[in-house]
Amino acid sequence: MKIKKLLKRGNDFRPTFFAFPYVLICIIFVVLPLVLVLVYAFMDDGGGFTLTNFVEVFTKDNLLLLLKTLGIAALTTVLCLLIAYPTALILASKPFNRYVILALMFIIPMWMNFVLRIIALRSLLYMIGVDYGFAATIIGMVYDFLPFMLLPIYNVLMEMDKSYMEAATDLGANSFLTFFKVTLPLSLKGIISGITMVFMPVFSAYAITGMLGDTNTTIIGGKINGLFEMTSTWGVGSAMSFVLLILVFLTMLLGNVFSGKGDNKPLAKGGANE
Amino acid sequence: MNKKLSLILRWAFLIIVLVAIYLPIALIVVYSFSAEKNIGSENGFGEFTFSLYSQLFQNSQLMEATLNTLIIGVVSALLATFIGTFTAVGLYYMRKGKKTVNFISQITVVNAEIVTAVGFFLLSIFIRDVLSIPLNKGIGWLIVAHTVLTTPYVILSVGPRLNQLNPNLYEAGLDLGAGPMRSLFTVVMPQLISSMISGFALAFTLSLDDFVVTNLNKGTGGVNTISTFVYANLKRNLDPSIRALSTIIFVIVLAVLIVFNIVKNKKQKAAQVG
Repeated sequence: MKIKKLLKRGNDFRPTFFAFPYVLICIIFVVLPLVLVLVYAFMDDGGGFTLTNFVEVFTKDNLLLLLKTLGIAALTTVLCLLIAYPTALILASKPFNRYVILALMFIIPMWMNFVLRIIALRSLLYMIGVDYGFAATIIGMVYDFLPFMLLPIYNVLMEMDKSYMEAATDLGANSFLTFFKVTLPLSLKGIISGITMVFMPVFSAYAITGMLGDTNTTIIGGKINGLFEMTSTWGVGSAMSFVLLILVFLTMLLGNVFSGKGDNKPLAKGGANE
Repeated sequence: MNKKLSLILRWAFLIIVLVAIYLPIALIVVYSFSAEKNIGSENGFGEFTFSLYSQLFQNSQLMEATLNTLIIGVVSALLATFIGTFTAVGLYYMRKGKKTVNFISQITVVNAEIVTAVGFFLLSIFIRDVLSIPLNKGIGWLIVAHTVLTTPYVILSVGPRLNQLNPNLYEAGLDLGAGPMRSLFTVVMPQLISSMISGFALAFTLSLDDFVVTNLNKGTGGVNTISTFVYANLKRNLDPSIRALSTIIFVIVLAVLIVFNIVKNKKQKAAQVG
């Protein structure tokens, strides 16, 4: 009887089972680490509950650091967008969109190790006499993150149905009006995806500030890393990571709200695929 | 006339951006044939020589870091491709809980890298101190971390391909007498190979490029990847042979991309003819 039951269960095999090992991996290597960050953030040396770690996180110096990081991230994002959007727009426009290789040339450096690329930029900046500091840091950040902004915007613009632009022109809109009323709103999803791929990652890009910046350009990612290189400050480091985690969650929420607005399905897909 | 001017302006914009992207890399490539210690010193270029290339192969630490980078990249990308593909197949046939698993797997993608790094760091402490399992941070632990980090990208690469497949294929295999396993391996999986390859490539490049997670989880045993080695030696004297290494990596990236595009074009042409 038992064997028969087992055999029957064997026949009950479903492909769904293939996802189960990964669920286990996620629990151990994704969920548990986040729980540990939470535990260390609220735990004192004796293992009891404490809020002192957070008191130490919200000092004047650290708030200033957070503000500075936000500033660097925002500036990097804006500059990337200002360079990437026109580039993507040109690459997706008429004579240029035939050459896929041209678009590829803009993202090839992405496949090269970024530390080596930043070292190269460092040599160039040294050669033309730009001192390491704030300006060099921003140049480095934009240099590193530009492809991540360019790629999603380029993809959205290439997939866009060009007849909307033609329709706008036919209906009497000039090229400026067509851009602001049709092209820009339809590419919002790519812009938001690009922003999320640049803004938050800058918080962790302390290697760039380390290579191109000075003592004034430290960012929060570098600070957290430093806290874990000493044994006595893991609690504060975890509390700071927890704050960053909340920030990630908030920006994700914000991104979802905005891309939800841009997700005008019947328009974007022509209603044909729905 | 106006149209011609606009075309020239657009070309000019693209070329300016391209020059900015490739100038640092070009500088490094050119100076990889100079033995000068610093680029931009008064001595100028000096004479043309391959000495940096032979110096590179004599730098045992840098060679070891390169080897580590490759081992971690290849092994973790293979593991990620294996786990990711099976998970994507499992998720495709999953009805309940699919959204939850997808959400959890996306945590590592959207989370700030430094928080992920801290999470792995604390997990290694937890395994060693609380579970009392001897764990030596080093290549093994980095492979685990990189696998967890890159698996979601393989799922993202294979998942959409599965959605394009005819959902009845698996059932058809069953109807024709194949067991569930056989139906999956001989009917469904072969159609996923191209997306598995692009998933592998993505996982591999992400692993090569990683700095933040590696830097906090490499342990104190002196294990380094290219990124962490270069970063750690920045403050001291960085071996100029790093320019030779950068050049070699850039040439390999370029060659792989060119070959990949030629193969892709040929396939597309073959598909058009056939």
